[in-house]
Amino acid sequence: MSRVGAVALNTFREAVRDRVLYNLVFFALVMIAASILVGQVSIGIEEMVIVTLGLSAISVIGLLIAVFIGVGLVSKEMDKRTLYALLAKPVRRWEFLLGKFGGLVLTLTVNTLAMAAGLFLALKLVKSSAEILEGSVFVAVYFILLKLALVVALALLFSCFTTPLLSILYTAGLYIAGLFVMEMRNYQSETMSPALQSILRWLSYLLPNFENFDVMAAAAHGRAIPGALIAQNTAYAAVYCAVLLAAAAAIFTKRNLK
Amino acid sequence: MSAGRSTALLCAVLLLGFLGVWKLQHAIDAQLAATHQEQDDLVLRSGPMLKAMSLEYAPLAADLYWTRVVQYYGNKQATRQTNIELLWPLLDVTTTLDPNLLVAYRFGAVFLSERPPLGAGEPERAIELLRRGIRANPEYWRFYEDLGFVYYFHLKDYSKAADAFLEGSKRPGAMIWMKVVAARISEKGETLETSAILWSEIYNSTNDPSIKKNAKTHLQLLRARADCAQLNSIAAEYEERTGRHLRTMRELVNAGLLPAPPVDPEGYAYTFDSEGKAQINPASPLFKEQSIQQKTF
Amino acid sequence: MATAAIEIENLTKDYPFGFLHLKKKTSLEGLTMSVEDGEVFGFLGPNGAGKSTTIKLLVGLIFPSAGTARILGKSISDISMHADIGYLPEQPYFYDYLTAAELLDYFARFHDLPGQERKVRVDRMLKKVGLETARKIQLRKYSKGMLQRVGLAQAILHDPKVVILDEPMSGLDPVGRREVRDIILELKQAGKTVLFSTHILSDAEMLCDRVGVIVGGKLRGVGAPDEIVGMKAQAMEILFEYEGAAAGLQCLLSKATQTGKRYHLQVAEGDLYATLQQLGSAGAKILSVTQVKATLEEYFMHLVEADRAQAQAIEVSGK
Repeated sequence: MSRVGAVALNTFREAVRDRVLYNLVFFALVMIAASILVGQVSIGIEEMVIVTLGLSAISVIGLLIAVFIGVGLVSKEMDKRTLYALLAKPVRRWEFLLGKFGGLVLTLTVNTLAMAAGLFLALKLVKSSAEILEGSVFVAVYFILLKLALVVALALLFSCFTTPLLSILYTAGLYIAGLFVMEMRNYQSETMSPALQSILRWLSYLLPNFENFDVMAAAAHGRAIPGALIAQNTAYAAVYCAVLLAAAAAIFTKRNLK
Repeated sequence: MSAGRSTALLCAVLLLGFLGVWKLQHAIDAQLAATHQEQDDLVLRSGPMLKAMSLEYAPLAADLYWTRVVQYYGNKQATRQTNIELLWPLLDVTTTLDPNLLVAYRFGAVFLSERPPLGAGEPERAIELLRRGIRANPEYWRFYEDLGFVYYFHLKDYSKAADAFLEGSKRPGAMIWMKVVAARISEKGETLETSAILWSEIYNSTNDPSIKKNAKTHLQLLRARADCAQLNSIAAEYEERTGRHLRTMRELVNAGLLPAPPVDPEGYAYTFDSEGKAQINPASPLFKEQSIQQKTF
Repeated sequence: MATAAIEIENLTKDYPFGFLHLKKKTSLEGLTMSVEDGEVFGFLGPNGAGKSTTIKLLVGLIFPSAGTARILGKSISDISMHADIGYLPEQPYFYDYLTAAELLDYFARFHDLPGQERKVRVDRMLKKVGLETARKIQLRKYSKGMLQRVGLAQAILHDPKVVILDEPMSGLDPVGRREVRDIILELKQAGKTVLFSTHILSDAEMLCDRVGVIVGGKLRGVGAPDEIVGMKAQAMEILFEYEGAAAGLQCLLSKATQTGKRYHLQVAEGDLYATLQQLGSAGAKILSVTQVKATLEEYFMHLVEADRAQAQAIEVSGK
């Protein structure tokens, strides 16, 4: 396990030393600061704007980091051959993968928490009516993190066998598809054969359901988020990530390096 | 060229450049304002499509559209334009993107139903919006208040109005007057007292300055109506007593029936119209508001 | 009987290519050989011959299509074997955002070395490869030679019994090559087994106990450097300086190659002393006497030519 930890910490170190990351996080913080101003323009929704704009910024920046760094996690090491010396050490390939995954998730956690701190600060500054439940906002941030972990697992899987560009397309495509899973499941049409409709239903269960993690509306309107949902989403993310990582490990373990 | 001189030259170029850009922008703005017709544009009107396009950021998009509603309405009022036809589509999109954006429904309830230039003059749309709001937020009693209000004030459908107030009175947090008003409307239909209660409620319960201003105007008009009714009865009494036809308020004051010439809430003295009935002074701003409301009395 | 440090049996690697991956390119065919404990073994061959392929197979970066291999008695698919081997990749490239010290420390963690021990070893290694002063500089600023040295350092950091180096001398200047040679000799003296690949023949001749020559994916010969060539001295070459014009020497001088005052003259071994006497009495200054033998290089070139001819013949005839 310490080998996994070593790879994870090194991946984290690589991200920390990458200037682009700081710029992205800084951008998100600027957005949150701007939200205070935007809130003043609209009547009756000052805090709502801060919450929605803040959560959106955190989500978008997090997704950018997760996708763009995620798709390079393995392919970059293979292309640049930094992997060669490492794999000659007594470390298993799945340990390497798990370490890469852990490192990027750790990076995302730190970044997300930093941006969330900015968000809570902004909320504190604009304290008018106590309609927003801080707990719900925090849960929303946590769900964003779960979602990001799932995206990283997807990107990592593709990184094991295809080029970065294709990995980005596949990952982004699956993410967007995952937002419309409910529509897919409930899709009724007379023009479609029942076989096709049941395939669509099956697909809707198979695809990663990113709608589960969307609680921005609840956080913005001060509604409490049920504890059961928190537990279920955590389990869903954990299980789905495990499946993806297992697939990645299976592919990567058999892979001949150049 | 020496380093110092080229730096100075660079600074000069930058300064002049920005000055030029600034001046040009003013000219362009003036030009556009002159040729600018009603550029109301709402290209995408499909709420569901916009919701799909905004992926998981629908609440943020709702906030942005709500901002647009406020600006659109404010702009119309400021430039005194009378067609507020985009209000409904904008509110439609906003509430589809975020069905829980309560302020949007309340705003729509007031300004969709008010006659132009104050509003869009579409009370049926207001009803539709409120019904949607109730579906998404069934426990929010204020929507029933707004619903009842539109039926009572703009559609003059007193039985539906009473139903709405009654239904709303059962919701958590509903104030007691809802029940009272429901009963009163069933009984008497439209009365000055009921209207005053309703407009006061709206005035007190909102933070939106447009809504507040509108409610205040209505309350002032109600006040003026009540005043005029009272003045008419005093005048009738006077005529009965003296047999003389009144021309000015002064005569009532001289006869000792009034302590001073009565003024409307804006401070303008009431006058008598050609038929001898009390009316708001044509010089008063309320006169204009009243004609907009097209109330007859 | 002690098992050899590295035992390879019928190791084969095919690469599918072409449309739908139907065709196969064999980059290594039926390699069978062994490397004894404590010996320095050189893999020789032109580019693309299969040297790197063999090494990558041994180290687990690619997987064999057929055949097996064992290092220190353990199969190459056994990950625990990696604890006893050190590997330097060809044209190494490391995480350029790390410093040398950080990189070595990172790799050291995979060998279960505790914190203090790691620090000691990292310092020792950096000193050994001469990177002490550059230890805090990020690798992205390193020259090729410096990267090669870091690579060596990470290969021997954990004191492995078997060290495998892929083209350790490539891209180095003469000073760098000398340093690497010295390190390899040090390893030999410490009793390690060293396997390295190169296409620089003189290095192989100088360092190796045995060499293996691979051309076209096949092993062509294994043995001690001069054994493999099976050469005896064919002739002797005399290098001398002469400014005179003695009549008796004209015959010799005409057979020699001349550059200014210097002459290279080849004579049969048996005639050596007589010629030297002749030159000496004529007043020529003898600078050196060397053996002329068919070198590894000639043997090598001969093999490459033969292989190329064969490949062309196959192409012409169809499969």
